[in-house]
Amino acid sequence: MDLRRPNRPVIGPKVRQVGFVTPDSAAATSSSSIPAVSAAAATSAGSPPSSLSPVMIPPPRHPSTEMSNPHFHPVGSYNPSEQILGSPPALSPSRSSRFDADGSDFGGDDDESVALSGVGGGMTPKSSLLMRQPVTKTAPLVSETHKRDSNVSKGKGDGPSAAPKEKLTKAERRATQEAQRAAKAAAKEAAAAGGAPSVSKQPKPATKPATQQKKDVPSGSGPLQPLAPSGSIEKKQGKKEVAAPHPRMQFDDMTKVGKLKKRAVVNQSEARNRVELFRHLPQYEHGTQLPDLELKFFQLDLIHPSVYQVGLQFLSDKISGGNARCIAMLLAFKEVIQDYTTPPEKTLTRDLGAKVGSCVSFLIECRPLSVSMGNAIRFLKNRISSLPHNLSDKEAKSRLQSDIDRFINEKIIIASKAIVEHGVSKIRDGDVLLTYGSPSVVESIFAYAHGIKKNFRVVVVDSRPKHEGQGLLRRLVERGIHCTYTHLNAVSYVMHEVTRVFLGASSVLSNGTVYSRVGTACVAMVAHAFRVPVLVCCEAYKFHERVQLDSICSNELGDPDAISKVSGRKNLNYLDGWAQNENIQLLNLKYDATPSDYVSVLVTEQGMLPPTSVPVIIREYGIERLWT
Amino acid sequence: MDPPMDFQVVVLAGGTSDKLSPLVSKELPKALLPVANKPLLSYPLELLEASNLKNIIVVVEGDEAATQVESWLSVAYMDRLNVEVVKTPGDVGTVGAIRAVAPFLISTDILIVSGDLVSDISPGAIAATHRRHGAAVTALFCPAPVSGGADSSTSGGKDKAKKPSRCNIVGLDPTRQFLLHVVSGAKVEKDIHIQKRIVRAVGQMEIRSDFMDAHVYAFKRTVLLDVLEKENLYSIKQDVLPYLVRTQLRSEISAKKENSADESSNGATKELPSEDININSAVPSNQNLRWLSQHREIAPSSYQDIHISDCDKNKSRLAKKTHKCCIYLSGKTQYCARLNSVQAFGDINRDMLGEASRITGYTFSAQNNVVHPTVVQGAKTTAGGQCIIAEGTILGDKCSVKRSVIGRHCRIGSNVKIVNSIVMNHITIEDNCTIQGSVISSNVQIQERASLKDCQVSAGYVITAGSEYKSEPLTKR
Repeated sequence: MDLRRPNRPVIGPKVRQVGFVTPDSAAATSSSSIPAVSAAAATSAGSPPSSLSPVMIPPPRHPSTEMSNPHFHPVGSYNPSEQILGSPPALSPSRSSRFDADGSDFGGDDDESVALSGVGGGMTPKSSLLMRQPVTKTAPLVSETHKRDSNVSKGKGDGPSAAPKEKLTKAERRATQEAQRAAKAAAKEAAAAGGAPSVSKQPKPATKPATQQKKDVPSGSGPLQPLAPSGSIEKKQGKKEVAAPHPRMQFDDMTKVGKLKKRAVVNQSEARNRVELFRHLPQYEHGTQLPDLELKFFQLDLIHPSVYQVGLQFLSDKISGGNARCIAMLLAFKEVIQDYTTPPEKTLTRDLGAKVGSCVSFLIECRPLSVSMGNAIRFLKNRISSLPHNLSDKEAKSRLQSDIDRFINEKIIIASKAIVEHGVSKIRDGDVLLTYGSPSVVESIFAYAHGIKKNFRVVVVDSRPKHEGQGLLRRLVERGIHCTYTHLNAVSYVMHEVTRVFLGASSVLSNGTVYSRVGTACVAMVAHAFRVPVLVCCEAYKFHERVQLDSICSNELGDPDAISKVSGRKNLNYLDGWAQNENIQLLNLKYDATPSDYVSVLVTEQGMLPPTSVPVIIREYGIERLWT
Repeated sequence: MDPPMDFQVVVLAGGTSDKLSPLVSKELPKALLPVANKPLLSYPLELLEASNLKNIIVVVEGDEAATQVESWLSVAYMDRLNVEVVKTPGDVGTVGAIRAVAPFLISTDILIVSGDLVSDISPGAIAATHRRHGAAVTALFCPAPVSGGADSSTSGGKDKAKKPSRCNIVGLDPTRQFLLHVVSGAKVEKDIHIQKRIVRAVGQMEIRSDFMDAHVYAFKRTVLLDVLEKENLYSIKQDVLPYLVRTQLRSEISAKKENSADESSNGATKELPSEDININSAVPSNQNLRWLSQHREIAPSSYQDIHISDCDKNKSRLAKKTHKCCIYLSGKTQYCARLNSVQAFGDINRDMLGEASRITGYTFSAQNNVVHPTVVQGAKTTAGGQCIIAEGTILGDKCSVKRSVIGRHCRIGSNVKIVNSIVMNHITIEDNCTIQGSVISSNVQIQERASLKDCQVSAGYVITAGSEYKSEPLTKR
């Protein structure tokens, strides 16, 4: 708090223009701070705020509770996700430009919605109008929460919501969801007012005192125990997957590691001195892998040359970045399919599936798959297994190849173009944009914005050991964009002048967590602390229904030597020969998880979404849904 | 049968090289020159066989040599390798040899191996590096043999004869993956001219003169065939490789090669790619390349290549106009040598006995030598360490053999000293001879009390009794 106050004059006015910043503008219009609003909301809902028990610290994605808990969400923070989420997400730039225009409208909307439903800033009148079952103050809450329940944990089968789903348009659906969320939050508040503590203390409804509470329990416990619903989702989709593309191998289990090694093509000698907390992740001696694989170049007949080439390039980090890796892999698979002939007495669907599977396991040995690749593989296997049996080889192959091309084209290329269009609409003249690392989509956004003569400045934040930002910097400067280059250490200094943060993502998980290059979370948090909006640009094919709360259980370890050596400074050799010293453990993480709190908006090809809407995208535009 | 990994192998076995003049003759082409009692050509072939490369094209210069090599191959590798011998007229150079086999080349990449390579560097590693970078050409360089070391002090007289032309000037990028500059031996001048644009593109160039071109190249087939169309090229090492390295930033080859395809690709990058995809395309490689370059444009961050990211603003145009020349540097522990001079012949033979004995495939006995069980040794005859004596050889009494190779069916009399020498097959050495540091070709007769030091004796020569020779090539007139 102390930190923020003095900064306000510096960044305050700029941020307010953005359109993300409704709380401030709301405060400006209604001349009242957020607690007052929430108090008003609470009183209008008929529940005194004093009755909130500390046990009820809710999962952060419920807007009203965040507001009613000022400690959890800082006072006067712009809290942008909820605001954007409040209206139907922008599907076109024109729609999103409307955002920018009526920043002040938001305050009015807020008040209105507060008055209407007693929920807080989570709803605009528009969304409530679009709802099929409009929320009145009390009665339909139960049915709404019920509906939302089935949406959240869709593993239970989407019985009630399945029927009307087809008829709704995207915007309507999302509006409905927002309304449901708001209604649920309201219900929770109501529950909190009347005997809620007991419910939240015993999540399992042994007593089931009232229908309202009964409905509230699963939705309340869902986000708190996020693994449960994701598990059921995976179970549901297990049938569709031919083979899990992302086996969660525990690499601290020595027997399993031994088994894996027997099958392994790449010679993997386990690195020593692994950090305790990350022993479950694979880490190998980096120096030995590449030469060893190169030696075997001609020996591995089973692996298609193009897959081998891609594997080598993954291993040597020649191709990196989610999109690039995914495209390279798919192109390699295309060649595999091109050269494939069904062996006698086998069917194409089964044999080709197995062949692709073996290629995938080779690629995994070279480098763990990214989520985007996993999705692409799942798509491809789906296509293979759903081929009609009466197709000739040639037809089947050409069909698969055109499927792959379509995937690359629609899911990656056109998607990134759409993202560029959405993202550019958020850049205004005079903006100072910060990015971290070298996300390809963000680079395209900047380039495009520069191309349409927007006047802005870019701050490229970089980090060791990969220094990916330097490449980005060079390319941006070559285009004539005014840039500042700094390292992650200085991000808090440079954040003062920044008006927007554009980040890339390796994946976005269904709880809104952004899984991205390590350091992203740090940038997002600093931006959040300075109340700078954070836009995460991510194609929807990188979304995953997994839920992850930390960056420990699933991550990737890089070469520890990369961080122990400082390039250009040979006299800094304190860590030479560190592998022999048992007391040193080096940790070179590649990814981290940014909680959805710190993300203002996700820019996807479907429009700009709040991070809470990821499950909707996964459900509605998920890979299975589009392609089966 | 498809070539493994889409690689074809061409071994340039040469013919009767002038550089090895007293040793090589029409009866004994260079390819069949015995090194540690095995024909020279068997070393590259076995190296390739170990890498699972079994379809090999061998190019031999000259008709007689070709027939000899072919007959040897058909016996030695009948059931192991699928070798095709192609003969070229003499003196066409390596480029001419490749021209001769051009119609046979169908795969994406071609591996060209010199027939005089004695090495244990896996060709797979070179091929993999080539593939990994998607290079137009990848060359194997190894540290040049150190002259004047302890090893060669015994044959010190010949060090003067060693030409300085063997050192190349090689320019490398800081990661030592790309070949930026190359001047091969004969063309080394006092000044080194380095292209500015390359230096500008890379930022830093390391110039070395202690690397040796090992004559193992992986070429992209299209590039190679394009280069072959050019005139006045003679040798791959001296003409083709420098040409490719020189033009790597303004490649006429790739532009020309992809010209026809580029028309469509230019359209493709602008239109929706799905419309352009020709699924039944017979050449997936080209398609793939263009795709890859395309995806690099979309995701430029993935493309960290120095040449492209550093040198021009218009990447898309430039990407098509560059090709990469990569280098594979062998490690210090690996052995790599080329038998291209008499000096090298001696050195390699010694290395085969000593440090690089693993390449020969022989199992050395406890005395660190290989003596075939059929060898008959007289009383008080000693075969010291680092010796190879092949079958059927008869040694008389009180002989001493040190650090030497003795071929098949030799008859060696009593009290003969053979040190540091190579004695080929069917040689008769009479009593009381001393042979030091010499190479004696097949069917030579050395009469009694002869003394040879640092000599090369051609096949069928007769050395009269009591004669003494020192540092001389002895050829039959």
